[in-house]
Amino acid sequence: MALLIPLGLGLLFGFGLLLSGMTDPGKVQGFLDIAGHWDPSLALVMGGAIGVALLPFQHARARLKTWLGMPMQLPTARQIDRRLIVGSTLFGIGWGLAGICPGPGLVLLGLDLGHGALFVGAMLAGMGLQQRYAR
Amino acid sequence: MSIAWEHFTPYSALGGGALIGLAAALMVLLEGRIAGISGILGGLLQRPLPPDARWRMAFIAGLLLAPLLYGTVFHLPAIHLSASPLLIIVAGLLVGFGSRLGSGCTSGHGVCGLSRLSPRSLAATLVFMVGGMLTVGLLRHGLGN
Repeated sequence: MALLIPLGLGLLFGFGLLLSGMTDPGKVQGFLDIAGHWDPSLALVMGGAIGVALLPFQHARARLKTWLGMPMQLPTARQIDRRLIVGSTLFGIGWGLAGICPGPGLVLLGLDLGHGALFVGAMLAGMGLQQRYAR
Repeated sequence: MSIAWEHFTPYSALGGGALIGLAAALMVLLEGRIAGISGILGGLLQRPLPPDARWRMAFIAGLLLAPLLYGTVFHLPAIHLSASPLLIIVAGLLVGFGSRLGSGCTSGHGVCGLSRLSPRSLAATLVFMVGGMLTVGLLRHGLGN
């Protein structure tokens, strides 16, 4: 029963990705193409998401337990270190190359199974390589 | 630069963004966790599996089921994928490796981290945004074209 909450939240997150346009790699690249014919839509996706989540996160930060009494597990790392910068750079390059980030990659499996599987398989391999060799 | 008004979809972008934000907000308020896709997925590759593996699988299952359910009510959005299969593989490797090395992606740093007002996530978000913009710029306009 407890697993219905993460299942439902995954669904809701996926619906948001589908409605927002984030699952269309061409639209994502159109947003990243500020030097060309720029589609600003995805700035509004981030704006809409942060607009809704900002106050709940401030509320959560002030609590030790969640509304359901679970422990609040917020990240504790604060350092802006080399790993963060190198990792985010590589992620950004990969994101630009195909226009797909992890969430939309998983949703792509249900939209275009062949290309979705190619991307997700490679992404899982990349995650595995990181965990094995670059922790 | 010119603005592609003909592709601009402000209402679905804001609405979809709001749903993403709602999912992230409920995730932290109910479960006390960050809705970061790369982190949740990456944990499932660890051996031994973490104790919350079933929780992670349930969330990922929701994401995977989303297009199937969405498609029963709405038109599934069109996708325009210009990358070749080889480029998709390279992109996937970089996205997987980079998001785990940098401890997050668009969801964990971009949505949740910025909503937490985390300077670390702001730095990560700026870096991957600029990285993505430079990459698309080079792909589309680089080397003289």
